Amino acid sequence: MKIGIIDLIKFKTMEKDVLQNYISKFVNRLKSFLLSIFKFVIITGISFVILGPVISIFSNSFFSSTDVYNPSVFLIPLDPTIDTYRLAFMRLDYWNTLFNSFIYIAIITLLQILITSMAGYGFARFEFPFKNLLFGCVVVTIVLPAYTIMIPLYQHFRNWDVLYIFRIFTGEKLNLLQSTKPMYLMTLFGSGLRSGLYIYIFRQFFRGLPKEIEEAALIDGANTWYTYFRIMLVNAIPSVLTVTVFSMVWQYNDMFYSRLFSIPSSHNITFRLSTIQATIAFVDQVKDPLVSQLYVYAGVILVLLPILIMYLFLQRYFMEGLERSGIVG
Amino acid sequence: MKIKKLTLRQKKAVSGLLFIAPWLVGFLVYYVNSIFLSIKFSLSKIDIAESGGYSATYIGLRNFKYALFEHADFNQIFVDSLVDILIDVPFIIFFSLFIAILLNTRFKGRSLVRLIFFIPILLGSGAIAEALDLATQNIQGGASAMFSDFTPPSGVNVDYILGVFLDLGLPLGLVDYIVDLVSRIYEIVRASSVQIIIFIAALQSISPELYEVSKIEGATAYETFWKITFPMVTPLILTNVVYTIIDKYVTSEVVNTAYDTAFTTYNYGLSSAMSVLSTIVMCLILTVVCVLISKKTFYYN
Repeated sequence: MKIGIIDLIKFKTMEKDVLQNYISKFVNRLKSFLLSIFKFVIITGISFVILGPVISIFSNSFFSSTDVYNPSVFLIPLDPTIDTYRLAFMRLDYWNTLFNSFIYIAIITLLQILITSMAGYGFARFEFPFKNLLFGCVVVTIVLPAYTIMIPLYQHFRNWDVLYIFRIFTGEKLNLLQSTKPMYLMTLFGSGLRSGLYIYIFRQFFRGLPKEIEEAALIDGANTWYTYFRIMLVNAIPSVLTVTVFSMVWQYNDMFYSRLFSIPSSHNITFRLSTIQATIAFVDQVKDPLVSQLYVYAGVILVLLPILIMYLFLQRYFMEGLERSGIVG
Repeated sequence: MKIKKLTLRQKKAVSGLLFIAPWLVGFLVYYVNSIFLSIKFSLSKIDIAESGGYSATYIGLRNFKYALFEHADFNQIFVDSLVDILIDVPFIIFFSLFIAILLNTRFKGRSLVRLIFFIPILLGSGAIAEALDLATQNIQGGASAMFSDFTPPSGVNVDYILGVFLDLGLPLGLVDYIVDLVSRIYEIVRASSVQIIIFIAALQSISPELYEVSKIEGATAYETFWKITFPMVTPLILTNVVYTIIDKYVTSEVVNTAYDTAFTTYNYGLSSAMSVLSTIVMCLILTVVCVLISKKTFYYN
């Protein structure tokens, strides 16, 4: 048999091609394998860094006082107890405080959504004098830390008055501190906790919606307010969800305003948590910090649980909303 | 008398103003008013009356002078906080961008991981952290080692690794910087959770066509990152830098000092001076950073 030399060369190059193809495929697969291992290691590591303290708090909250002093006990208690939870439950006045806090947070969140979305819509869709200057002011409220104005705010609500009306009727100014009213008032007037940020989010979102929606509504005879409440706000659900989650979580965790306005701890469960150790030390005579720490851990778990559950329910919508809402612009 | 009818344009302007009216009132009452009062307080000596009122007497810049030159440690706290912010911000930004890119790729259990990365927002700020702080403070006498007693003994000889790095000839400053950051990894992760979320949202908003095109044209992953991903997220890098700086400032020692001065020693004038001073410096830093970054921004929507 006679094989042409050209055929031989062809065959050889083909073989080479196949080999090279195979190698490059292998290299690619190795690369992606290594990459995914790298990814796995990094993500697991950081998840561990985040979850580590939570797990330790959780397991420590079941420790009894003998476990604390036993050096061989690590993470898994030898003598598990739920006494810590019982006492923390009692001293937090859990159900009452939780109920009050949730009412408080729910009202604040609703106000936030209503007021900030209105302002955001106003900035996004209407032309009026000094619009850009005013929007600059919104950015200032985002950037300016509330700490700069804490003393005037404190004094404002300590001697609260509207245009001297109360002074005329009652002879003295009202003291709104030690109640939840200052927070409601500030939120109602768009100056609550991080309201500026929410206004920004809503404005960006409304700017992205097509103008035709409103034109159609106008032609069908809807007035501005009807259009806003029944059409625009419904379309802004992704942003509303984002703001809801942010507002609830931040309000739940807020310490600054709670301390500044001395908001009663019966309305603020996280605030109450910060004093639980002192309460237990005085009322139950648990003076040993190592032991009373256990009650704090139990309290942390109790306080964390409701917001974590709420987040679990909302997180899918939250992530979706975040991707579609205005943050990115 | 006949009321002049408004044109459509004016009508729209009026309803626009109505929409922002609540915010505008709040801004004037709570912000503008308070800022002026803050500045006034910082320039005067405040006497608190028993009825809860106060009287202010003008004393010029004495409060500022006192805060800067006579107060026991405001000076040092101030500078330390500033340095902390400047050190942490770049790292937090890079870290959160890196994590966001990792989380944005598809893999199993992505939603679980995203859930975990949100936990620091719940755990890290405000009251829960404070309660834990207080609890550990009583044992250790210092709040800084908040979670350190939870981290299990690692069995890695850190000093040895440090020695290796120093032997390699890396500058001591760099090694110190990295060791410092690694030892505060929990704090960094905690401080970058919102930034990660913002970056994820930014990455999601880049249209996939861009990647498709670059893939067809034969760009490598490295090129794709520097030519597409990075330029498209630069506007949000600015947002995140601003957010990080403010967030760091609000939780810094300066603010605590000002708070304590106001509500434990009741020296409103001095406290206002501290707040005003630090806010001015912070605003200067923010302006400089904004100008620098927006010059480098490739793409702006």
